[in-house]
Amino acid sequence: MTTVLVFFFILAAMTMIGAIGTVTARNVVHAALFLILSLLAVAGLFVLLLAEFLAIVQVLIYGGAITILLLFALMLTRARETAIRLDNNQRVIAFLATGAIFAALTVIFLLSEWPDPIQDPQRPGFTGIADVLFQQWAIPFEVASLVLLIALIGAIVISRPGPEE
Amino acid sequence: MIAIEYYLVLGAALFAVGVYGVLVRRNAVLILMSIELMLQAVNINLLAFSTYLIPRGETERHLGFIFGIFVITIAAAEVGLALGIVLRIYRNRSSVNVDELNRMKW
Repeated sequence: MTTVLVFFFILAAMTMIGAIGTVTARNVVHAALFLILSLLAVAGLFVLLLAEFLAIVQVLIYGGAITILLLFALMLTRARETAIRLDNNQRVIAFLATGAIFAALTVIFLLSEWPDPIQDPQRPGFTGIADVLFQQWAIPFEVASLVLLIALIGAIVISRPGPEE
Repeated sequence: MIAIEYYLVLGAALFAVGVYGVLVRRNAVLILMSIELMLQAVNINLLAFSTYLIPRGETERHLGFIFGIFVITIAAAEVGLALGIVLRIYRNRSSVNVDELNRMKW
């Protein structure tokens, strides 16, 4: 009980440090590195939530692919050389707005009556995930792969130089 | 198991930080990073509900888990496409500062 709580607080602290670093860092590459810290800590939280498959996927796709893609975009747009100031002048009002969002959500979560949690939550193993994903959710899974294919083709078409360039 | 509220409040905090990033950042790539943070918050909430709450039937047993997989899939597609658009904008306008991209502003 308490061990889980200690691990939760460590991972939550890492997540929030990474997240706040991402939105406040003065250097765009530092922001990307803070994002990696946050995403890996969230992968740890997934393990605490008994979703080790999603934790592995998180490390592979977010920690590996997406952050590398973002770093490449920062490099190709020369973000380090061109950006003089990374934030606009709406900081105070944005802080108030997000504080209101956080306060409202927290009040709702803490005041709600949650049903008693499952005493012994069961999670499918890797074969169980395959059973659920390829039998019950087979059509959404195929649609998701179609979405990925379309996004791939779309990204190539959009970023390819046109005939006039 | 610790109480579900810990995960929900953490998700709310992460989501709020992501909203802050979207509101204050001027670089389009940094805005995309903030959107990733918000997606992470949603994923934490989905998995917390999936783990803690009693499913109503066999079809709902792993619903939150499956949703998490699809959120990660769609996030990958979204980032790839959005970065393609950002690179195209940079080539056309030599800037990814969203304050200067006001051609569609009325």
